[in-house]
Amino acid sequence: MAVLDIRQRSGYLFLGVILGHILLISAQVNSRAGVPVLETVTFGIFSEVQRTLSGGVSGIRHTWGNYVGLRNVKAENEELKRQLAALQVSMQEQRALADRARGFQQLLELRDHLALATTAAEIIGAAASPDFRTLTIDKGVRDGLRPDMAVIAPEGVVGRLVRPSARAAKVQLLIDRNAAAGVLIERTRAQGVVVGSGEDRLQMQYVSEASDLAIGDTVVTSGIDAIYPKGLVVGRVELVEKNGPAFKRIVVKPAVDFSRLEEVLVVLTPSPAKESASGVSE
Amino acid sequence: MIVALVVAIALQTTLARFFARGAIAIDLVLVTVVYVALTSGPTTGLLTGTFAGLVQDALSSSVIGIGGLAKTIVGFLAGVIGTQFIVSQSVPRFVVFFGATIVNAVVFMGLYVLLDLRHFDAPYAAVGWQAGANALVGVLAFQVAELLPGAVERRRASRHRIRR
Repeated sequence: MAVLDIRQRSGYLFLGVILGHILLISAQVNSRAGVPVLETVTFGIFSEVQRTLSGGVSGIRHTWGNYVGLRNVKAENEELKRQLAALQVSMQEQRALADRARGFQQLLELRDHLALATTAAEIIGAAASPDFRTLTIDKGVRDGLRPDMAVIAPEGVVGRLVRPSARAAKVQLLIDRNAAAGVLIERTRAQGVVVGSGEDRLQMQYVSEASDLAIGDTVVTSGIDAIYPKGLVVGRVELVEKNGPAFKRIVVKPAVDFSRLEEVLVVLTPSPAKESASGVSE
Repeated sequence: MIVALVVAIALQTTLARFFARGAIAIDLVLVTVVYVALTSGPTTGLLTGTFAGLVQDALSSSVIGIGGLAKTIVGFLAGVIGTQFIVSQSVPRFVVFFGATIVNAVVFMGLYVLLDLRHFDAPYAAVGWQAGANALVGVLAFQVAELLPGAVERRRASRHRIRR
């Protein structure tokens, strides 16, 4: 009966005998490394089993770790968000400090460049009414400031002091509708006066019909108004309209962006025109 | 089966030099294994092949198991062919013996080369001639075995007639 079973299952018997032969051969033959093939194959098989088991265990540990980690991830996420918000605020503060330092550096460079005595001031406020284009700075009479002192920035003329108090002062911007300054065209030396319009542009008036004027010309202070020292940049000619030989309208774009001002320099040295005027009156 | 194998091994080990002609080397043990497999089926065939191959390996001082493995495969395949196909004519038998020799050589030499134990330089002609010779001997063995019982009967019958 057993023989009959074996005969019916010749395939299994065949595989068993083949396996037996392979084991027999492997036990006698050495691999190139000098180790018996049987040992090499056995070690190889068991190492693969170990690798598989190790991979499985590692996978389970990884999965479990992720699951446990997920349980705390929400609180951690909230904490990280808080830290991120604090860092963003801190970064903005640092950036503001850096910008401020850069502004001071530009002011210092301008101060070194000018042969004028100046003092730096920080803008601490703007005009209370939109009809007036003024700023408030943190220096006043105690710091030697007087009315009609010129206020400048690295880009150009800002305006003049109109009402200094003990520790602060009001600055009338050049674009205020009551402001004016004597100017000349840097290229042709044509003279005129810029007046504020209450908007973001200046009007240049009293320009001779014979003057050579072109869009893009740089406009600088002439110094004849006894407020602004000569040669400070006011802006550039943006528009020229003529009515026959006469200039109908000349628009000047200010060099200073008044909306971005943070620090300014107040010129303490009186202009030569003012000094001579003072001398005459005395 | 065992008797046939022992005889074949004895003949192979004692008279092999008489069968060898140049590159032709008849493998009587292989012929016997295929014969037994064709007549008895795959199980008997693979067991016969295993036994014969292991004995040959043991006697030839080679790696024990390589010849056994080759002849086990040959015996099993021949047995399967014998049970699945009609192999009662000379030509099919020739083909089976021929193919069995090829399979045996491929497995035997392949394992030796695979294990880097021996090298065989282009053995195609030798194997081909051996396969043809084995096939011829196998077909002849079948013819003899099939004619032998009838001849004995005829001889007995003629002896009876002479006595009467």
